[in-house]
Amino acid sequence: MTLAETQPQSLEFECDTGNYHTFCPISCVAWLYQKIEDSFFLVIGTKTCGYFLQNAMGVMIFAEPRYAMAELEEGDISAQLNDYEELKRLCAQIKRDRNPSVIVWIGTCTTEIIKMDLEGLAPKLEAEIGIPIVVARANGLDYAFTQGEDTVLAAMAARCPSKAPTTEIEKNERNAIQKLMHFGRKKEDVQQEESEYADHPPFVLFGSLPDPVVTQLTLELKKQGIKVSGWLPAKRYTELPVLEEGYYVSGVNPFLSRTATTLMRRRKCKLIGAPFPIGTDGTRAWIEKICSVFGIEPQGLAEREAQIWEGVEEYLSLIRGKSVFFMGDNLLEVSLARFLIRAGMTVPEIGIPYMDKRYQGAELALLEKTCHEMGVALPRIIEKPDNYTQLQRIKEMQPDLVITGMAHANPLEARGISTKWSVEFTFAQIHGFTNTRDILELVTRPLRRNNSLKDLGWSQLVKEEANV
Amino acid sequence: MKLAYWMYAGPAHIGTLRIASSFKNVHAIMHAPLGDDYFNVMRSMLERERDFTPVTTSVVDRNVLARGSQEKVVDNITRKDQEEHPDLIVLTPTCTSSILQEDLQNFVDRAQLESKGDVLLADVNHYRANELQAADRTLQQIVQYYIEKARRRDELVSGKTEHPSVNIIGTTTLGFHNQHDCRELKQLMAELGIEVNAIVPEGATVHQLKTLSRAWFNLVPYREIGLMTARYLEQEFGTPYVDITPMGVVETARCLRAIQRILNDQGAAVDYEAFIDEQTLHVSQAAWFSRSIDCQNLTGKKAVVFGDNTHAAAITKILAREMGIHVVWAGTYCKYDADWFREQVSEYCDEVIISEDNGAIGDAIARVEPSAIFGTQMERHVGKRLNIPCGVIAAPIHIQNFPIGYKPFLGYEGSNQIVDLIYNSFTLGMEDHLLEIFGGHDTKEVITKGISADSDLNWTKEAQAELNKVPGFVRGKVKRNTEKFARDRGFNEISLEVMYAAKEAVGA
Repeated sequence: MTLAETQPQSLEFECDTGNYHTFCPISCVAWLYQKIEDSFFLVIGTKTCGYFLQNAMGVMIFAEPRYAMAELEEGDISAQLNDYEELKRLCAQIKRDRNPSVIVWIGTCTTEIIKMDLEGLAPKLEAEIGIPIVVARANGLDYAFTQGEDTVLAAMAARCPSKAPTTEIEKNERNAIQKLMHFGRKKEDVQQEESEYADHPPFVLFGSLPDPVVTQLTLELKKQGIKVSGWLPAKRYTELPVLEEGYYVSGVNPFLSRTATTLMRRRKCKLIGAPFPIGTDGTRAWIEKICSVFGIEPQGLAEREAQIWEGVEEYLSLIRGKSVFFMGDNLLEVSLARFLIRAGMTVPEIGIPYMDKRYQGAELALLEKTCHEMGVALPRIIEKPDNYTQLQRIKEMQPDLVITGMAHANPLEARGISTKWSVEFTFAQIHGFTNTRDILELVTRPLRRNNSLKDLGWSQLVKEEANV
Repeated sequence: MKLAYWMYAGPAHIGTLRIASSFKNVHAIMHAPLGDDYFNVMRSMLERERDFTPVTTSVVDRNVLARGSQEKVVDNITRKDQEEHPDLIVLTPTCTSSILQEDLQNFVDRAQLESKGDVLLADVNHYRANELQAADRTLQQIVQYYIEKARRRDELVSGKTEHPSVNIIGTTTLGFHNQHDCRELKQLMAELGIEVNAIVPEGATVHQLKTLSRAWFNLVPYREIGLMTARYLEQEFGTPYVDITPMGVVETARCLRAIQRILNDQGAAVDYEAFIDEQTLHVSQAAWFSRSIDCQNLTGKKAVVFGDNTHAAAITKILAREMGIHVVWAGTYCKYDADWFREQVSEYCDEVIISEDNGAIGDAIARVEPSAIFGTQMERHVGKRLNIPCGVIAAPIHIQNFPIGYKPFLGYEGSNQIVDLIYNSFTLGMEDHLLEIFGGHDTKEVITKGISADSDLNWTKEAQAELNKVPGFVRGKVKRNTEKFARDRGFNEISLEVMYAAKEAVGA
């Protein structure tokens, strides 16, 4: 019996102790306030939350961000102060100073424990001050890092208009992407362009991405004749997409399972479960799945994928045959591992905070298929990992690259193990064909750095072997 | 509830963790929800720490909320005891555990039965203490614990050292320039012929704590951390302490004279006057600088100072007393210790501001329009917005405030460093004004451009809009690469598609 035959033939999942390092989900305000330009995020929590945001967001703090802490004091905890009156005072101040189109309340661990009824208070206060208040309970008791965005988008999904606007003016105001595509053109051109699309039911994408990536993915689908009629979230809260019963939706990120559930159950939309458009293989599979649902024959995807792979050969030659270990902290792990295996790497372990096997079903199937096609062993998928035991496995197997949080990166580097900081993957542009190169740029950076420093004899920089 | 965008001092548990992780072989376990271990990131990033930060979390999740931590905390403590064999495990409460009101002391007592190392609950109330108060308290708590333990076992080392000796108390991890300060203080003590008995907490082991009583005196360089410990040691062993921060030439001399007095009281018969003279006049450049023409130009210039008690007070005195600079106001965010600050600086500035509100501080800066600001990273950014130069003198700080090169703020070398910091802030400001008055460096119109960004290619409106979204500092590069790509392939118009094709092909 050869070693290869002892490998499991289908993916196996384990669940560990959950003693791992990740960001608090309130960090989602960092990218969401930038994405939703007319929003204001109010994090209702303690100094601990504030300290985390202040340090994690770094220089962004100084740019007059549209986010603030409602810092709870002892009087709030012991209910000597009235929650409603306190929030009203703060929200009135925000309205006066910033005049946002929506205030998003981020509930934290503390509001959970003292059972502050944010969902109950919000509609009352909303009516009183005249600004929509969206409540997202993005706390560390229940969620990890990027799942914060999921809770916000699930709450936003309830605010999407349910009837398509009828007048032309409203339509123009509503559909930001369409406007972008038709920017500065005459009406006849636009009508002619409409005919470039295949006849398919309205289709809305969900997941917050930087605007250039939104444009890229929208164009990619347009080439197949698929029209994206809206995006959750849009650039502005006032431009949230219409969601009618029977609309089709698809997620662009692996951590959006609550949003997907909300769209299916509450808004009666149909979810297209596809692999996520991360990496050139993922993007192709994503488009193919959407096309197949709409009965469209995808055009030119194989050539496009091949062409992208060809263009990044300089990076592939650096990583081929090398191993990568995901410690797990942002839920992008499965998609990235699948892409890197296709790019020629091996993956012994995928740590992940939370695994929704239904929402990620198509992605997991593609991972399995990719492993078989590339002839590599299936990775162990470890939900709620234990960082301590992971470090011991890393020490044992000496992977070529560890994708991990900043808490472990420097200590691992000092022990001669190359690392890539995982948070960069959440902030970099990694979606679509166009950004395949950017993922590889991130992944190969430590390896390229190693190549330039390799003759210096400086890889082990700790004196005695510490208790890894 | 308080609307807050920024805070100067962190939450209490950060203070406890700073003390615990400053010691060698001490492990902290936070009773906290997932994600509260951001301390590890800060330590690993800011200090560029090579070792794993000895802090783990006993995670508070939904289950804990429903039925209490039960065995979880105890298991996590005993597990860590077996895995890493720390001398001490400090169970650290957070804001979350404060409101859960679980009996953490009970967990500690139970875990102690099974652990080889010691287990301690940090006695810190999240809603009443900030980072600095918590750090001060935790250090005192740990010292007291080990002194009492040694006394019970009759292991307390009695008697003083043969030669005059000192404990340096209060240098910690993530402290502003603490490592450099520590080295400078050790050198200073060596030059004075004083042995260093112990340095706590940075780099110390808990076993060393029972020898603290052997020192002739304690030196507490920072106002915020270490004073409680020094007072405790005075009460237990009658060890006197010096709490004058040796920052700036005058204060360093004052500190040394206080040390001299204390040692002579114990029969050492030392005289540091000659040393102080030699250092002041010939070794340190700060005293000479204050006589030089450069410093003359600074006379009467307006400055404002804001930071923690130690640094804001010391810098205010240096500016006013040693350089003749007009400090319009000096402020601190250590509200809980405001009286001390007022007493220290009132005679050196027009106004004292005590506030934790960065907005109020920003307004106070804008109101007086100083020529330079000395403050935290927040004031640096206010300065950027108002076009006023700023020297960073206190935490909160960024990674650039953890320099690799030797940059103490204390002692005679520290006074040199501070002169550079202050002088550079002011001259840059002057240069700016001169440029403004004379309209820039190159006032003659430029006829031929060496570097041209013009092009013959046509960008569609969409592509142009997309290009404008590219961050300014790389936009030129993206534009050039895209145009080169288009030219090579014979496109005469750049559309969105061409732009992305260029990105895919050449990474433009």
